[in-house]
Amino acid sequence: MAEAVVTQYTAKDFKSDQEIRWCPGCGDHAILSSVQKSLTDLGISREKYAFISGIGCSSRFPYYMNTYGFHGIHGRASAIASGVKIANPELSVWQITGDGDALAIGGNHFIHAIRRNVDINIILFNNEIYGLTKGQYSPTSTKGLVTKTSPFGTVEDPFSVGELVIGAKGKFFARTVDSNIALSTQIYGEAARHKGASVIEVLQNCVIFNDGIHDVVVDKEVRDERTIILKQGEPMIFGKNRDKGLILDGLKLKVVTLGEKGITEKNLLVHDATEQNPGIQYMLANMRYPEYPVALGVIRSVVAQTYDRDLTEQLKNVKASAKIKNMDDLLNSGSVWDVE
Amino acid sequence: MSKSSQIVEKEEVVIRFSGDSGDGMQLTGTLFSDTAALYGNDLVTFPDYPAEIRAPQGTVGGVSGFTVHLGHSEINTPGDYADVLVAMNPAAIKANVRWIKAGCTIIYDKDNFTDKNIEKAGYISDPIKEEKLEDYNIIAVNITSIVKEALKDLGLDPKSVLRTKNMFALGMVYWLFDRDLQYTEEYFDKKFKSKPEVIEANKIALRAGYYYGETIEALTPVRINPAPIAKGKYRNINGNTATAWGFIAASEKAGLNLFIGSYPITPATGILEELAARKDLGVKSFQAEDEIAGICSALGASFAGNLAVTSTSGPGLALKSEAIGLAVMAELPIVIVNVQRGGPSTGLPTKTEQSDLMQALYGRNGESPVVVIAASTPSNCFHFAFEAARIALEHMTPVLLLTDGFIANGSEPWRIPKMKDLPAIKPPKAVKTDEPYYPYFRDPERLSRFWAIPGTVGLEHRIGGLEKTMKGTVSYVPENHEEMVKIRAEKVEKVVEKIPDLTVFGEASGDLLMVGWGGTYGHLVTSARELQADGFKVSLASFNYIKPFPKNVREVFKKFKRIVVFELNLGQFADYLRMNYQEFTYEQFNKVQGVPFTVKEIKDYCIKLLEEK
Repeated sequence: MAEAVVTQYTAKDFKSDQEIRWCPGCGDHAILSSVQKSLTDLGISREKYAFISGIGCSSRFPYYMNTYGFHGIHGRASAIASGVKIANPELSVWQITGDGDALAIGGNHFIHAIRRNVDINIILFNNEIYGLTKGQYSPTSTKGLVTKTSPFGTVEDPFSVGELVIGAKGKFFARTVDSNIALSTQIYGEAARHKGASVIEVLQNCVIFNDGIHDVVVDKEVRDERTIILKQGEPMIFGKNRDKGLILDGLKLKVVTLGEKGITEKNLLVHDATEQNPGIQYMLANMRYPEYPVALGVIRSVVAQTYDRDLTEQLKNVKASAKIKNMDDLLNSGSVWDVE
Repeated sequence: MSKSSQIVEKEEVVIRFSGDSGDGMQLTGTLFSDTAALYGNDLVTFPDYPAEIRAPQGTVGGVSGFTVHLGHSEINTPGDYADVLVAMNPAAIKANVRWIKAGCTIIYDKDNFTDKNIEKAGYISDPIKEEKLEDYNIIAVNITSIVKEALKDLGLDPKSVLRTKNMFALGMVYWLFDRDLQYTEEYFDKKFKSKPEVIEANKIALRAGYYYGETIEALTPVRINPAPIAKGKYRNINGNTATAWGFIAASEKAGLNLFIGSYPITPATGILEELAARKDLGVKSFQAEDEIAGICSALGASFAGNLAVTSTSGPGLALKSEAIGLAVMAELPIVIVNVQRGGPSTGLPTKTEQSDLMQALYGRNGESPVVVIAASTPSNCFHFAFEAARIALEHMTPVLLLTDGFIANGSEPWRIPKMKDLPAIKPPKAVKTDEPYYPYFRDPERLSRFWAIPGTVGLEHRIGGLEKTMKGTVSYVPENHEEMVKIRAEKVEKVVEKIPDLTVFGEASGDLLMVGWGGTYGHLVTSARELQADGFKVSLASFNYIKPFPKNVREVFKKFKRIVVFELNLGQFADYLRMNYQEFTYEQFNKVQGVPFTVKEIKDYCIKLLEEK
């Protein structure tokens, strides 16, 4: 067993003794490994981690982490996690959620936790389906998807996670793929270091009810052509031969081929996740195949005040100038009189 | 003739200030009752206002009232019927005519009894005539024009001038009850510090009213001498503030941070507001996006080691049900305050009722027992909030604290407790030992689990809403589930060892035992006292601990020939008693009108029962 002050962890230190009950081949296994790996590197003691979840396949996650964990109720993880962080700002608080948990039943809590900018890291497993209830469409299912509750195809438009996060005044949004351990590990680390609510959308595969839903962009054969990994300060280049890029064409993004029509790297957009104005980041987050490559990496990461720090500050300031120092003072404040 | 020679002494009096929602009646009533309390009277107040912030002016729906009952002896209710009614408009007559004593004094603003206002109130010509009040002590005063005249040299805008009408009326009432103006004038000095002209205007209006009362010779001044109350330091307090303070006191005694996660809802909002103002004492208040997030954030804070509280009223409690179930399952301490109001649905938001009892006891899925306790007076909300927190923390269980709109908004003088006299609160915090920590291993006496606070080295663990074994491993084993269900129920039952016995007001045996719970206490105890004085063998048992019941309920009940359960619902507590103590017969007296009982109707009912034989 690891001792308290050990700061050099291995991924194994974060594995609990619980038997993992996700389906074989589920993307969740890879996400668990990536998170455990990323935590070894953050310089945070194990007892400071709290993993909070709602309900759904993804929400079993805390049971598999050898940290403090709380498996809550459907949709409410953002609210529980907010309470944990505000009650003890020293903790590193992680919320594990899914597309149904965060965007349907928990939509209200999700947007408000983001708006308040409570310093929690939200990993949203997006498999575009309800898995634990065995295959109904979710708020991120593509319009027309045939599921058990949409036997003739859905007739509703899905949410785009990034669009919602930015709309809710989100300061940090990243996207990764379950199977890309290297990219995921790096992103979880960045999210943890970011002060404020960080949302990481993971394109996750449900091997039973929505198998291969992301393959059209993330499959090994096509991913280089159909995704773009954004890197801070670097031009937006993608493609197997790194011959494609993104430019701003009027008010829209446009895919161009380097070398064609005189286009060089210098014409390409340079990624800046730290730009306060979310205009370009919003367009990047909303890129969909086949018109665009799907953006991966940290899309938005903007420094801002956080709820927990502001509250701590406010408490400190009010206390410093307060006349009432304890309960006896309060009880005897205002209009009081003696009865002899 | 000097004033002192014509003063009449009285035991008690009920005064009702009534006007449009914008007329400042709540402030008027509060200033009067503070003055009376400082003078040494015992008193109870009851504000009664519409749900609409500004209902159409002049209508009965827009009437806002404030009742104060003060006396030379113990006072437990705001009084059934008023001795003095201050009516700022015709609608105030309409709204209050059924709540005044025959022959009472009515002071009204004649200027406001215009044809239009009379019609708006639903009268045709003269409300006094239509209500057949001519023989009452009617004092018609041109308050509006007198105030305009008195303030004409101040150069105030007309709106500000009219705003002082209530202070004129207050001045008259002060004269009538032989009160000092000092407290009220000091209030103006403080409240309007930056607006000297407003201070001046209010003082002029107040004094004008006072001298007007003296001049007209239509009023006989009344003196209510101070009540013989226990020595000590006192303050006025309402139920919501007392509730908030009880939690802060508990957090100080437990050495824990206090966290409230809540959402505004009438009539519970005052608790959140008071705690939000208490950053000086380190209280963390979180106004959540909805009721569910209110309790869920509090549960998160409880998990993180704070004393966690959420406050709400009936509809909000319904929304919190699932999360209370999670608290039951995860065995986290949390206090849920439900300030009951008229229901179902939105119901009567500003009115009082006791109809959430069954919801509190059973309104969740699964076998989901929680401790339920009820406060019974504005000031004892402090004690029961403290108790709720003590039980939650020491027994690692959710506790539902029931108050109601009547005691939450009502106020009374309160002997200020000293923190050193309150008991210590010792939550069962887990400490690191050589043995591994398992989240559901228990204290053998209380069956409470040990609380491992995140951040503590070596106690990392997982809890949640799924059924689990004592070690915390998720389990669907049939026998394990049943065992855990029983343990959680037994844990709540074990709280009985740490609560006081039920007490009886009056003789321990007799012809009739009046039974009540929570906020009806004041009316019931007043009725019982008066019935006892009239020679009836009547006693009262008013419950504060509802789940679990105190140990001695059966012993108390069996010494009476008849038992009547009084409650402001259709009989929820009576049914709950029937479930638990089947050998007794329970008669019921119920009222569901959004208003408290009257002492008169309680006494009339008891006397009828006792005389029918």
